[in-house]
Formats: sequence, C-alpha cells, structure tokens
Amino acid sequence: MPHGRGERDASPYSGLHRGPGGLPLGPGPMGHAFLGSPIKPRNTVNTVRKLWKYFRSHTLHLATIFVLVMITSLSALVGPYLIGKAIDNFIIPKNFPGLSSLVIFMVVLYLGNSLLLWLQGRLTAKTVQKIIFEMRKEAFDALQNLPVRFFDGILHGDLMSRVTNDLDNISNSLSMGVTQIFSSLITLIGTVIVMLWLSPVLTGISMIVTPLTFLCTQAVSRQTRKYFSENQTILGELNGLVEENISGLKVVKIFSREEKEREKFHVVNERLRDTSIRAQIYSGIVGPLMNTLNNASFALVGGFGGWLAIQKVITVGTIASFITYSRQFSRPLSELATNLNMLQSAIASAERIFQILDEPPEPPDPPDAEEPERLRGEVEFRNVSFSYREGVPVLENVSFHVQPGQMVALVGPTGAGKTTIVNLLTRFYDIDSGTILIDGKDIRTIKRDILRSLLGIVLQDTYLFSESIRENIRYGRLSATDEEVEEAARLAHAESFILKLPEGYDTFLFDGGKNLSQGQRQLLAIARAILADPAILILDEATSNVDIRTEKYIQSAMRRLMSGRTSLVIAHRLSTIRHADMILVIQEGKVIERGTHEELLQKKGSYYRLYMSQFGGESLPRIPLSVEGE
Amino acid sequence: MRKLFVYLKPYWKMVILAPLLMVGEVICDLTQPTLLARIVDQGIVRGDIELVGKTGVLMVGVALLGMMGGVGCTIAASIASQGFGTDLRSAVFQKAQSFSLANVDAFKPSTLITRITNDITQLQHLVLMTLRIVVRAPLLFIGGIIMAISINGKLSSLLMITIPVQVGVFFYLMKRGFPLFVLVQQKIDKVNTILRENLAGVRVVKAFVRSAKERKRFASSNEELMDSTVRALLPMMTLISFLTLVMNLSVVTVLWFGGLLVARDGMQVGEIMAFITYLTQIMFSLMMIGSILMFMSRAGASAGRVNEILETTVSVENPENPDQTSIVRGEVVFERVSFRYHGSGKDLALKNVSFVVHPGEMVAILGATGSGKSTLVHLIPRLYDVTQGRVLVDGRDVRTLDLHTLRSAIGMVPQEPLLFSGTIEDNIRWGNDAASEEEVVEAARVAQIHDFILTLPCGYHTLIGQRGVDLSGGQKQRIALARALVRKPTILILDDSTSAVDVATEQRILREMRRVYRGTIFMIAQRVSTVMNADKILILDAGELVAQGSHPELLESCAIYQEMYKLQVGEESAHYASR
Repeated sequence: MPHGRGERDASPYSGLHRGPGGLPLGPGPMGHAFLGSPIKPRNTVNTVRKLWKYFRSHTLHLATIFVLVMITSLSALVGPYLIGKAIDNFIIPKNFPGLSSLVIFMVVLYLGNSLLLWLQGRLTAKTVQKIIFEMRKEAFDALQNLPVRFFDGILHGDLMSRVTNDLDNISNSLSMGVTQIFSSLITLIGTVIVMLWLSPVLTGISMIVTPLTFLCTQAVSRQTRKYFSENQTILGELNGLVEENISGLKVVKIFSREEKEREKFHVVNERLRDTSIRAQIYSGIVGPLMNTLNNASFALVGGFGGWLAIQKVITVGTIASFITYSRQFSRPLSELATNLNMLQSAIASAERIFQILDEPPEPPDPPDAEEPERLRGEVEFRNVSFSYREGVPVLENVSFHVQPGQMVALVGPTGAGKTTIVNLLTRFYDIDSGTILIDGKDIRTIKRDILRSLLGIVLQDTYLFSESIRENIRYGRLSATDEEVEEAARLAHAESFILKLPEGYDTFLFDGGKNLSQGQRQLLAIARAILADPAILILDEATSNVDIRTEKYIQSAMRRLMSGRTSLVIAHRLSTIRHADMILVIQEGKVIERGTHEELLQKKGSYYRLYMSQFGGESLPRIPLSVEGE
Repeated sequence: MRKLFVYLKPYWKMVILAPLLMVGEVICDLTQPTLLARIVDQGIVRGDIELVGKTGVLMVGVALLGMMGGVGCTIAASIASQGFGTDLRSAVFQKAQSFSLANVDAFKPSTLITRITNDITQLQHLVLMTLRIVVRAPLLFIGGIIMAISINGKLSSLLMITIPVQVGVFFYLMKRGFPLFVLVQQKIDKVNTILRENLAGVRVVKAFVRSAKERKRFASSNEELMDSTVRALLPMMTLISFLTLVMNLSVVTVLWFGGLLVARDGMQVGEIMAFITYLTQIMFSLMMIGSILMFMSRAGASAGRVNEILETTVSVENPENPDQTSIVRGEVVFERVSFRYHGSGKDLALKNVSFVVHPGEMVAILGATGSGKSTLVHLIPRLYDVTQGRVLVDGRDVRTLDLHTLRSAIGMVPQEPLLFSGTIEDNIRWGNDAASEEEVVEAARVAQIHDFILTLPCGYHTLIGQRGVDLSGGQKQRIALARALVRKPTILILDDSTSAVDVATEQRILREMRRVYRGTIFMIAQRVSTVMNADKILILDAGELVAQGSHPELLESCAIYQEMYKLQVGEESAHYASR
C-alpha cells in the first residue's frame, strides 16, 4: 500500500523471489511476481539435514518405533519357521497335544505382534504429525518475523500452498515411509545374512544386479525430485491464481473476465497436469523396475545356480532355499526403493518450506536495545532519505521536528511519500540515511516491538481478523476489559452500527471484515487505536471512507484523543487538519513548505493552491453560516 | 464420490488400459516360480544345461514383459488420474467463478481455495492408487479363494467366518474414519484462513505488535489440525493391526484344524502348506483393498467438499433466454427495490428504493457509513439480485438481460481497487482487451495516473505484486479507475473510488472524466464538494432513499443534506469568509 513512487527492488530475499537458476523473476528489476518455471536442482543433502533436525528432537520416539518395527519384523520372520516346525514335528507325526500347545504359543505370539504393530502405528502417526505440526509452526513463526517488504511482493496463495499442500505432502510420505523404510531395512539385512550363510557364491550372483538397481533408482530419483519440485511450485502458483480470483471475484465479474481468467487458469492447470503426470510416472515406475531387476536376478540365480548344481558345486536343496530367500530379499528391496523415491516428493516439498525459514527476518534488535515504558512523544526526522528501489528516491533529506503533544499534518499529492514516512517511523522499512529520533533516541536503538506498541496506528488499509468485533477492537490492547472495548467503540462512534448488527459486539467477521462496509471497518480501526492509548498517534487517511457526519464525530473524538499526545496525521481533506500545530507539505519526497495553516495560507504557495482547489474554488458559494469551526 | 467419476470418462481408454497392463505384471509374477520349478525339476535333475539356459532366457524375457506391463500401467494410471484431477479442478474453478458474491460469502474464500487445490489432489491420488491396485487385489483375492476351496472344502469354511468379520471391521472403521477426515479438511481450512489473514493484514499485526497473539491463534488451529489428523489416522492403524491378527490367527487355525484333519481324515500335509499359502494371499489382497478403502474415506471427505461446490445453486445466473440487445442508452431505474444480505436476519440493507436516472446523467449517492450505498450500486451489474422490486437498465429488468451483455456495458470501480498480479498495462487492459495502446494511455491520463506510470522504470510494463501492494492506495485506485474507463462503458459506477486520492487530483479526474466521458455515472462519495455538480443526488439513510434532487434543490428541501453541507463546507466557507 505505501510508498510514493517506487516499487521494491528485486529484493535480497533470494529464495522465494527467485526462479530457475537463481535468477530474479520477471522482466527487469520490478519483477517479483511468482512465476512457476522449472526449478534449479537444489541441495538435497542440505534439505535432508534440515529435515533431520525435526526428527532429532523425537529421538526417543523414533528409537521406540525402530525397536517396535524390529520386533514385529522379526516376529513376522519367525512365523514361517514355526509353521514349518508345526508340520515337521507335530502334524506329520500326528502329535496332536504337542500341536495344540504350539498353536497356543503361536496365538500368544501373534496377539503380541498385533499389539506391538498397533502401538507402532499409533506412535508413528503421532510422531509424524507432531513433526509436521512443528514445521508448520516454525513456518508461521518465520513468516511473523519477516519484514513487510517481503509480503509486498509475493503471491499469498503460493505461501498458503506451502504451509498446507506441501506439508500435507510431507505428512503423507512420512507416515507411510518411516516405518516401511525401517522394516524393509531390517528384513533386508536379515535376509542378506542368511543368504551369505547359505551360499556366498550365489549371493554374489544375485547381487550382480544390485549396482544396476542402485543406478536405476538414482536416475529415476533425480527425475522424481525434479518433477515433484516443479509440481509443487506450479501447485503453489495455481493456488495463488485461485486465491486472487476468489478474492477479486467481484472485479472478475464486473469486467466479465471469467473467460480470460479461466484461460489463465487452464494454462497453469495444464502445466500442472504435464508435470504431475511425469512426477507420478517417475515415482511409480520404480516399483515395476525393481520387480523386473529382481526377476532378472531370479533368472540369473536359477540359470547360473542350475549350472553350478549340475557341476555338483552346490545341491539342489540349496538352490531351493536360496531362491526362497532371494524372493524375500527382493520384496523389501523394492519397497525400500519405492519408499525412498516417494520421499523425494517429501523432500521437494520440504525445500519449499525451508525457503520460507531461510528468508532473512527483520534484523534483530541490538543487544542493548532500550525498552522505554512510555514516551514523551517527541519525534524528529533528521535528513532522512529513503528509497524502495535503488535509484528511485522516495524521500530525500527530510527533516522535521515534532514536540510532545503537537499535531503535525502531512499533506501533498498521492505518491508524494506521506505513507512512506509512516512506514519508516514504524520501522516497517528501515531508512537508507539520516536518523529518526523519538524522545531524542534513534529508533533503531529501541526494541522494535516496544516502539510499535507505543505508537497507535490507523492505517490506510484497514484489516480486520475473522474474530468477533469485540476481539477485533481488543486487538489494540489485549488486556482491555469488555467495558473498555465498548467505551473505545463509543468514542470512535462505532457503537451505533455495532449495536444494529444481529449479534452486536459478538458479530463474527470474516474475510478481512468483508461483511462490513469500508467506512465501518475504518471506525473499528479507530476504536482499536483509541483502545491502544498510545503516546504517539499516526493516522493515515483514517477517515477517507467515512461520511461527513461520522467524520465530524470521529474528529471530535480524535481531538479529545489527541490532546496530550503527539499525532501525525495524513489527510487529503484539508478541513481535517486546519488545527494542526504544523503542516508539512510534501512533494516528490521533499518537504517543500512547513508552518501553521494561517502561515501557509499567507505564503500563497503550494498549500494555498491546494487549499484553494479544495475550498476556495468558484464551485463553492460562500454562504454565511453560523456554524463556527468548533 | 460417484458423481465425480464422470470426470474420468475422457480417459476411459487409460482407465481400462491400466488394469489390463497390470494383469501382465501379475501373470509375469505368477509364471516366474513355475519357470524356476522347470529349471530345477527338468534341467538340473536331468543335467540338461541347454534347458536351463533356455528357460533362464525365457525368464528374462518374461521379466521384461512384466516390466512393460508395470511401467505401462503406471503411465496409463498417471495420465488418467492427473487428467481427471486437471479436468475436475477446471470444472470446480469455473463453477466457483460463476458463484455470485452471495455464494462466496456463504462458503468463505479460504475453503474454496483449499477445495480447489488440496482436496482435488487427494482425489487424484485415490484414482491413481485405485487404478494400480484395482485388478491386482481382486484377482489375487478371487484366485486365492478358488484355489483354497479346490484344495479343501472343509478348511475353506473358515473363510466364511473370517472374511465377513474383516469386511465388517473395514466398513465400521471406514464409517468412523470418514467424519474424522471431513474434520481434518475443515481444520486445514482454518489454518488457511489464519494464514491468509496474516498475509493480508501483516501491517496491522506488526503495528500492534500482535505477533504473539497471532502465533497463539495459529498454534491452536495448528494443534487442532494435528490432533484431528492423528485421530483420523488411528482407525487406520487399528485396521492394519487387526487385519494382520486375523490373518495370523487364521493360519494358526488352519494348522490346528489341518493337524486334526490329517490325523483323522488322512489329509495331505502338502495340502496344508498350499492352503496356508493361498490363505495368506487372500488376506494380503484383503489388506490391500482395506488400505485403499481407508484412503477412500479421506478422499471421500474431499469428494464431498468438492461436490458441495459443484452442486451449489448459483444465486445469480444467466436467464434462460437472455436478452442480448446491447445497452446503449444507459438509463437506470430502480422500482421499489428492497435487498437483504444472506444470513443477516430480517434486516433489509435497502428498503423500497425507487428512482430514475436518465441516460448521460451523473448521479451522486450520499449517506452515512453502512447506509446501503455500495449495496445499491452492486445491484446494477447483478453482483447481487434484488430481494424485492426491479432494477431496470434501458427499460429492461436486469434479470432478463444476458449477464455478459449487461456487465460489458458497465464499468465499475470498487472501493477496494483489487488489482491483479501482472503489469500495469495488463491491469488496465482488463477493462477492455481490444483497447489500443492510445486508448490505454488515454484512460490512464484521464485517471491522472499516466504521469506517475511514466516515472516507473518499466512504465506501463511494470509488474505489480499481489493485488498491487507496491502502490499507494491512491495509485491503486486510479489504476482501477483507468481500468473502468478504458471500457468506455455506457454506465460508469464509482464506489467511493477516489477516497485515497488527494482533492486536487480528484477534481482534475472529475473534470477530465466529464469532458471525455458521455455515459451515465453513478458516484458514491463522502464529500459534498465532489457531488455538487451532479445532475442528481440520492441521499440514503439506513437503507432508505430519503431524498433525491440536484444540489440547489436539496439544499432547499433536505435537512440531512443541509446538515452535511454545513458540516463540511460551512465551516470552511465561514472560515474563509472570516479571513
């Protein structure tokens, strides 16, 4: 919303704003739109390491899962052995009592096995979901710490897709993957040991294809990762498009743009289909490929083993058992390959989450940052220069001084840099050169949160949250009682409309307060600021969508609120600022005139012209009225 | 679920092909042991090296055939499932687009977004999994049963107990799982909502230092999501361990009974072994089907949510025989119009409003915050439909007109500019794709934004971010204005759309606009100075039209207007005069 003339530069926030090959997206330096184009190969090892960090804090759970998997896998291996025993020792000799006791033993064993399996499943589900919870939480926390600059150039839908769709993807892959990988590994190792014990030569032969297996998996995995990564990027882009379209549906309708937007959607949707088909194919063919390699190794063992048997090197019995085991060897191997391949998609998604986490946050407060409890309210800009984009200065060498309790008004054409001043004072952005002082202290030496909480800001864009009206007002000061909330609403002249709503203060707002008119939203924002009771008030076009009568009311409330406080007011309606202690006229990033209303009128400069265009014009009959200013 | 299957229809060839190819893989898997047996029984035992070699080659050949089947199945299933998802997504998106604002209000935007991406992804997954297993599992299951019965009828009667038990447990757990997964998707919606708010409201959160509160809010819905996911997954875990147990216990039972039968009826030991093999096969295939069914319950939850969108009756729809005669005059008549927002109880937002606007007139609408000004203008392009009464454009009820024809005659600048990501030119051209470059520039000039655009490094080709956040409020408003002007609409609606523009610029905009634009203008405004030159001023108060007339008329007769005038202009005049 803010700034004068410029846009942000292709920001230093590398990850999210970059496209393939790390190049800034979009044509020229203005570009920061999110375009889903092919992804550069990323550092998988790095991603896995970061992912592992989340697992590490659950070592105990994971170890328990591992032990459980070990027990259940081994008991699954014992089963066939016991069946053989039952047949050989009891059924063939027709020893029925012996059979009964073995059967009872097996029942107990299997009951235990299922119980452990159940526990293992529960524990895995809980652990994986906990990990996902932590990742989601950290992603949100990271977002909270990012500077405003970051949010000004990103498709919201894409960020949302990362926090929901990508995490969902990780959750799906992990909950299937973790135990299966464990159990495959255990079975695999066990089988290899037995095979080696049976015949090292045949083991060697059946392992001939293993490097091939490895290479194959590698090659496929690389593709899988690439396409999954692309898939998630495009999904994010699509989410962004949908989000824009839903949020802006009104405009889409007014301009009958449905067709065009649908085409845009189709293009992305088709691209999504193409990559997701590829991603699915690559992740899906690992299974059959492994199967084939296993069958091939089967043939090798059969053929070569047969030759060996004819040469009387090994016995037929050895081949028979060996084949049984190499069958057993192949299943976990292909499961392992499939699962590892599935994990590629999780890694692709994890990369997108870590990109958020890797964004540089707002620079931390200096260690000796001050935490003033209250402010006197003195504000000084000393030679402040600032640009959103290099080479396009928005503020140049701006200096002014506001004494505690004074009201200063900023006027000037749109885009002159008025809102930028607010952005700098609140440290949404940091200045390039010069100093901003509050109570004589450089604001960069004050803790950012403390600074902001001491300022009361009513922004141009009023944003409300999907909570009750009461909670939205309480946003100004969380400790406020219901009575205080209502008092603030009364002062802001919001109560009359609030009480007309079906559920009064408990009316639930949704979608940024879309169920209220813009004027009503502004009133709530003002109530919020009133409740915050700050030492310095900043009003940015606070009453632009409010009707005159309401504005009058608010102004009187504001005046009451402003007394004893420093206030910075940005206004287009000059009538609202006539009482200001100082008016700064800003044009093209510079303060070109300053003084009181009277002084500036007498000067007959820019302010005079601005004022005349608004009030002095021929359109305005000067009828005598008894209403005095106040 | 079933209703969504129609989206598989275009891919029916793939849908049939995938399982067929899978049969190839299954056959390959089944023949390998037989071939191996031949190597052992005929090759090795007889010392026939040639046969061993030949069979070995044959096995490799069969393996390759199996691979073709497996890979082919994967490809076919991928094409069918992703194609299905793509088509469904398009359909849902198109449907969501056709929603009236009232529909969107009822759904809430975040959930629409989740449904179009996340939910459809779930469905896509289900189709993929199903196509790859659909033949294999039942084949193994039926084959297993036949073989088991053929081996021993008595032992097979065991299946009559275990299979129904297992199927019963399936359905029980699925039924339990289903609502839990519905809950999971709802929780995802909630997480999405908070996330979306924090993205859009980042300045407010930072300004009021409420990041801790937002974190807490997010954490609680994040936790709810985690809990409900775990809760939904647990039945699945129970199912898997239960099925394993049943399988194992069946095997034990077979052993026991088999032992008995061997002892008493002289059953062969080899038969027991074979029976156990097939039993295991049956149970495995059941487990496969079970896991698919569990997956189905999550996908079923998603299907329900997607269907809800598809089945919603759009509250503003094109009439059956739309009147496509284009709107050229721009006359607008409200006849006793009343309007009530969905879900707002009995409160009428507009009450019995009637007025006539002649072609080319400029109408200003004044009124207190929340008095129904925006609502009134929203009825003209049918963003909402009237609750009572009629809105006529060029003498025809808007509900009989073709929506496209109606809206293409209207240019509207909403309160919030709602720009889209793209270049400035793209955004202006939104209004009219066919506009020449000169027309775009002309519109920007009238909106007093041209000069500013030229100061940007890429001029008209400058990209603007998510909803144009890079620009100041006034700049966004003026681009939105240019977007409406380039349309050269018959009716132009300005919904308080210059509120963030300074007064001098606003005056220039109005002057320029009146100079080049000849159509009907509706203008919502807060400032009397803005509306004094209007041909007609409508005064709204709590949804009622309390007065209408020109500035002098109203100044004469309308108390509310007098008060407004005095409040705003009065003090200035007085002040000015006193100087």
